[in-house]
Amino acid sequence: MELFTNQVLAGIATGAIYACMALAVVMIYQAIDHLNFAQGEMAMFSTFLAWQMMQWGVPYWGAFVLTLAFSFLGGILIERLLFKPLAKAPVLTHVAGFIALFAIINSVAGLLWDFTIKQFPSPFGSSPFLGSQLISTHQAGMIGVTLVLLILLFGFFRYTRVGLAMRAAASMPESARLVGINTGWMIALGWGMAAAIGSIAGMLIAPVVFLEPNMMGGVLIYGFAAAVVGGLSSPLGAVCGGFLVGVFENLVGTYIPGVGNELKLPIALALIITVLVVKPNGLFGRAIVKRV
Amino acid sequence: MSAVQEASTAPVIDAVPKKALSLGPMASIVVLALLIATPLFVKNFFIFQMTMWLIYAIAVLALNILTGASGQFSLGQSAFYAIGAYTSAILIEHGNVNYILTLPVAGLVCFIAGFLFGLPALRLSGIYLALATFALAVAMPQLLKLGVFEHWTGGVQGLVVTKPEAPEIFATLGLKVSQDMWLYYFTLVVSIMIYVFSVNLLKSRSGRAMMAIRDNEIAASAMGVDVSLYKTLAFGVSAGITGVAGGLGGIAVQFVAPDGYTIQLAVALFLGMVVGGVGWLPGSLAGAAFIVFVPNIAEHISKGLSGAVFGVILIMIIFLVPHGARQIAYGAQSLIGKLRKN
Repeated sequence: MELFTNQVLAGIATGAIYACMALAVVMIYQAIDHLNFAQGEMAMFSTFLAWQMMQWGVPYWGAFVLTLAFSFLGGILIERLLFKPLAKAPVLTHVAGFIALFAIINSVAGLLWDFTIKQFPSPFGSSPFLGSQLISTHQAGMIGVTLVLLILLFGFFRYTRVGLAMRAAASMPESARLVGINTGWMIALGWGMAAAIGSIAGMLIAPVVFLEPNMMGGVLIYGFAAAVVGGLSSPLGAVCGGFLVGVFENLVGTYIPGVGNELKLPIALALIITVLVVKPNGLFGRAIVKRV
Repeated sequence: MSAVQEASTAPVIDAVPKKALSLGPMASIVVLALLIATPLFVKNFFIFQMTMWLIYAIAVLALNILTGASGQFSLGQSAFYAIGAYTSAILIEHGNVNYILTLPVAGLVCFIAGFLFGLPALRLSGIYLALATFALAVAMPQLLKLGVFEHWTGGVQGLVVTKPEAPEIFATLGLKVSQDMWLYYFTLVVSIMIYVFSVNLLKSRSGRAMMAIRDNEIAASAMGVDVSLYKTLAFGVSAGITGVAGGLGGIAVQFVAPDGYTIQLAVALFLGMVVGGVGWLPGSLAGAAFIVFVPNIAEHISKGLSGAVFGVILIMIIFLVPHGARQIAYGAQSLIGKLRKN
């Protein structure tokens, strides 16, 4: 029983990473109706910016705020320069654009900061949390930040005019334009916010997985998976999905013999497919009714 | 987040006119002549690259049938490519089967695998299908490394495949045909067979059914098209062709190992399809050229920034021609038409 609780706790701790990333994924999905394959690389780049600023002597929270601002602007810039001109191109061309962005950011980060592993500080410290060896204060802090972000996002999308306008622009661009919403800028805003949330995720994840250009590869896969399991239309679902995937992955690794570390990922993905086959819109997603 | 979406406004890809699926007779002859003649004038290493180009073209073509014709999205083609490669390699190395005979087997095994995978995939579409196929691609290298299959697959080490010699008949005729050159022409013949098969498939009743599903699933089922059957069939055929490409790839590279078939391969095939033009079969050649040669060019321009150069080239292509090589071909066609009139 103790092994079980320990594994669940450890699972929640890793789940927080996935939940963080899943939030960013859902954010961009709300804005542009696509999964952004370059999301992880954008977050990685933001984290490197924060690291660089700290190297130059900026205190942690100063660097944190500056990184948020830069990421927000960077996200908008990418949308304006790259994806706005492509607005009329087919969906699959967009996906190719994401892949191009991925390659560029990864390669530039590798050139600027090389591929050696770097330490990234945590604002919460890394002592054991409430005497438990399994969850450090950093991981507890990460869970806290994720939940706060979730509440903020929930409020933003439900109660603010901008949030509602963004939702309208994403789900029915045509009608949204008719009621006077500037859909173009809503998309840009979505990119900016997704980049900012991604940068928070990156800065929280970096102390755990260490900072290097490829740090986001695995995390992004799990982030996608968590978002899809929870339902892409629901930030709450994404966070729950993140924790679920984290816990499940740990339990499978512990209790099913012969799985070990190698097969964790395929099994987590198999779970996701099973969930999708049973509930095609994710656990928390709303069914989309098609109008013929 | 609204619960109602217009179903008819968002087909996965733009409708492609049926006659535009293949090249005209003149253009086909020119392309074929170039493909036959070029190896006679270039070095062996370049012939090998051309072989890989054709092999990737087959794999891109397979994806084109799935996405371009039936409107289903896949990031899992590398998994079927791997199954095909391993099937061929295991038959050649463990079963001493002639390499030519292993290709149909690889195709059949992958057809079955694809068909079976297509069944659960039926319930998924768009992004969700992309994720499911993506999962398949991620899982495949891990599965191939499993200890259970190690006797057959060689585990992490992989298998070394013997490169086939050119048949004796060339030597008796007094022609000197190198291994690379023989493999190239062999691949070319297989490619042509698959191309003709695919064009005919898409022109047939089944192909029309797939395209009807792509353009409007609800309307297609109202017209009596068995949606589940044709969707899974598209998956099966696409996987089968990818499997043949995989088998050829294993023979050409002379080596199969789990890490050769990662998600990067699936992404590359996807890019090939987009660059070539989704739904336009001859575009597969252009797309495959992109994924074989552009990374080399990028490496030449800058070693440290090769990824960035690759990305920039890709962005330039999608900015200039969002519909890929198809757009260039159509542009050229209408230009020639205008010149003729004058």
